[in-house]
Amino acid sequence: MEKNAPAESRLAYFILPLLALAAAIGLWQLAVSAFALPHYVLPSPKLVLDTLIADRALLANSLLVTLKTTALALIIATIAGVLLAILLASSRFAEYTLFPFAVILQVTPLIAIAPILLIYLEPNTAVLVCACIVAFFPVLSNTVLGLTSIDRNLSDLFTLYGANSLKTLLWLRIPSALPYFLGGLRIAGGLALIGAVAAEIAAGVAGRGSGLAYRIVESSYRLNVPRMFAALLLISLAGIAIFALLNVLQYLVLRRWHESTLRADQ
Amino acid sequence: MPAAAPSLSRQNSPLAAFHDVGKRFPNGVTALEDLNLTIRAGEFLSLLGPSGCGKSTALRLLAGLTSPSSGNIEWNDRSAAREIGFVFQEPTLMPWASVENNVRLPLRLKGMSGRAADLRIDEALALVGLSEFRNAYPRELSGGMRMRVSIARALVTQPKLLLMDEPFASLDEISRFRLNDDLRMLWNRLGCTIVFVTHSVFESVYLSSRILMFTPRPGKIAAEFEIVAPEPREGNFRTSPEYGAKCREVSAALASVMGER
Repeated sequence: MEKNAPAESRLAYFILPLLALAAAIGLWQLAVSAFALPHYVLPSPKLVLDTLIADRALLANSLLVTLKTTALALIIATIAGVLLAILLASSRFAEYTLFPFAVILQVTPLIAIAPILLIYLEPNTAVLVCACIVAFFPVLSNTVLGLTSIDRNLSDLFTLYGANSLKTLLWLRIPSALPYFLGGLRIAGGLALIGAVAAEIAAGVAGRGSGLAYRIVESSYRLNVPRMFAALLLISLAGIAIFALLNVLQYLVLRRWHESTLRADQ
Repeated sequence: MPAAAPSLSRQNSPLAAFHDVGKRFPNGVTALEDLNLTIRAGEFLSLLGPSGCGKSTALRLLAGLTSPSSGNIEWNDRSAAREIGFVFQEPTLMPWASVENNVRLPLRLKGMSGRAADLRIDEALALVGLSEFRNAYPRELSGGMRMRVSIARALVTQPKLLLMDEPFASLDEISRFRLNDDLRMLWNRLGCTIVFVTHSVFESVYLSSRILMFTPRPGKIAAEFEIVAPEPREGNFRTSPEYGAKCREVSAALASVMGER
């Protein structure tokens, strides 16, 4: 936002996107009625909303499954990513040995890994592992970058006062890495959801999943297009919620000291 | 001027000496060559010279942050080698920690905590006039105040030797003058030895009891000046004819050092 933005423009900041969204939905509704599109081609927003309400028990259950997978994957990826980052940042040997594996996991498209994982793991576990794999890399690479981007003078100061490597890690490296880590976590949150959804679709054929992506696949087999849209809407909302949540977390952790949380008028 | 110069009496015994110290970096740059100098206990010594003449390297050698490629540094008082405060060109504060916790860092690293540490912190903050800002964060402070925090952090361990690497170079002139005055006051009061690296003739003449002038790289001592002036210097010294004359003398020497190359 601009410095000293007048109240109207601040209002516009929130209202304009909402208006644009409302206009798009209105246009969609109009198009469906004007061209009398059948609901199996394009359901109207009204129908999607009705389906969302009518199927709420089923969809809520699926939403919960997807969210659980995403959250669990994010937690595992965060713990593993941070621990490995600390290892890589403290030893060149470990970095040279292990980092290539992380890169290979990162650059190989998940959708290609999923079917292979499904051979060895039962579907729910495979979905979780897929989501972990994609969420893991941004946490790892950002945290490594943060742990190694320390102020040289501060590092000298720690040396001057005889700090051992544990104290340097706890009081210098980890706090320095925090903004980088949180940036990585924000990316990882979105990717964990994408990973969970992609893997659910790959596993969907096995017929044991019950997450939102599985609902989409199942509904497409039944030509239940409104339910596909309803499930898609929930996935989008889940993504927005995760993003917002991690943004709030980042703000709360960094607000007192980091430049990124400075407002223009401070 | 006897009563006005308590510091002169403590400037006799050597604290540390460089003997033929050389420093060559892995990239082939020779920062220092056959450097010989003595630091006297209790003096305010300025190392003056052009950028890149190795004066900062000399300071880092003294702090033990790097070791000489040749020659050696002899300490008359071994304990002084371990009781060093260092102030960098930048304030170099931890942005995630409050003023108080930044100042606390050296004590924490040395394993000092509790009431004793709190007292030291109170004292150090009072010395730099920042007692009211103990809970502030670095980004909330001005450049001059950040530098004060940095000085408080260096003083909190009550070092025998305070090393300062162009600490005021990036400050505006008003803040710099005030900090110069405060630093003189602190030196008179605390009785520690200060080695101050600067490229400003005016600053070094104002602050120091002695100036060592470096040649361009590889750095050697080109000239030495004793600055004798009434203590305390705050106020009148900066506008006195003696100050002007000394600045002219040092500037001329610096010009000839630079001209030789």
